[in-house]
Amino acid sequence: MKETSHDLLANTPSGRANALLKVMTERGYVPEGFIDTFTHTMEVEWDPANGARVVARAWTDPEFRELLLRDGTAACQQFGYTGMQGEYIVALENTPTLQNVIVCSLCSCTAWPVLGLPPEWYKSFEFRARLVREGADVLRELGEDLPDDVVVKVWDTTAESRYMVLPVRPAGTDDWSEEELAALITKDVLIGVARPRAVDLPRGTEGV
Amino acid sequence: MDGIHDLGGVQGFGKVPHRINSKSYKPVFHEDWEHLGYSLTVVGGGLLAAYATDELRHAIERMSARQYFSAPYFDRIIVGTATLLVEKGLITQEELDEALGSHFELAARSNNPGRPAPARANTAPFEIGDEVQVRDEHIEGHIRVPGYCRGKRGTVLHRTTVSWPFPDAIGHGQQDAAHQPTYHVEFSAKALWGEGAREGSVVVDLFEGYLTRVEAAQDSLAAQTDGT
Repeated sequence: MKETSHDLLANTPSGRANALLKVMTERGYVPEGFIDTFTHTMEVEWDPANGARVVARAWTDPEFRELLLRDGTAACQQFGYTGMQGEYIVALENTPTLQNVIVCSLCSCTAWPVLGLPPEWYKSFEFRARLVREGADVLRELGEDLPDDVVVKVWDTTAESRYMVLPVRPAGTDDWSEEELAALITKDVLIGVARPRAVDLPRGTEGV
Repeated sequence: MDGIHDLGGVQGFGKVPHRINSKSYKPVFHEDWEHLGYSLTVVGGGLLAAYATDELRHAIERMSARQYFSAPYFDRIIVGTATLLVEKGLITQEELDEALGSHFELAARSNNPGRPAPARANTAPFEIGDEVQVRDEHIEGHIRVPGYCRGKRGTVLHRTTVSWPFPDAIGHGQQDAAHQPTYHVEFSAKALWGEGAREGSVVVDLFEGYLTRVEAAQDSLAAQTDGT
């Protein structure tokens, strides 16, 4: 091996990523500004607040709810939340006794435009290995107080369908606005490991 | 490919490193290089159209088991992307080594050409409510069937309205891969994990070519029995 530079990269994840960037850039493959623009899309535009707005609309508009459950892609398209890793979207309807949960046991597939990029724990070997086999136990360990009569249905994202969970609207939110409702719907609610509860966010405290 | 990436149902893992709603998803990237994983693979697979996303998944599956398990998530994306760009002739191992200043370990080359979609076993697509069985096949190349549902019986909940290239073919760069719909197939927890499993189910999104109709299988068994 020949020495080529005084500031050699360490053979670490960071070093390998920057080495690949250097080679691809020197070859002229990376358009000017592309990485900054795409990084902004990943960090800012693809956000669980998007999925939260979709759920809040479905809770308040029966026709939209019907559309979301029949054709999730069309429903999300109304908000502009389709695209890369969100081209065929399926919404999973929870009931008081059914909790849907999403995983990708083989890698990390997620509905990026609706849920945001998958968090580290979702991509962990622990979640990928355990959820399909002991879903209820995993949810309880994560801190969700799941009653015994709730059955867990795990959706393994193994092809092109990209899922989002449509949770049960909590009691005591009858006169809440869409915006207030959306604040209850976190990324974890959209993945299905958590259930929204009105007590989590007493009305009127948002932004305080 | 029966690799260690096929983690569903593997036992011995500890707790998932998370507490619900702890908001740990912000910031999206935790280290200053992590955004390069998806950015560079979108350049390679999207802008340069050098490979399909299925090929990236397969390249990551081809990492050695030790390398796969020790590499963080976005590092695996970088290694998979670098591997494919070298295999497609767009960059070289030497360029990577020189840029890194040491050996840049890539995934192993595939020893398998992939396979076309199996001929349809049925005259009609499956319908919602149909009982189906996952073909009991051991495929050396890329495949989107988690091992835990191989050979198992389940019920069709949904047939997609769109078709996509068969992963076992496109995952090996076969651009002419036949397109198929996929099916959401629900397996009871007891069918997958034995009678001791608690109530519940797992739904797997399976290409048509991975499935056979249970009814048809029984008919052919009955025909064989009649003939003896």
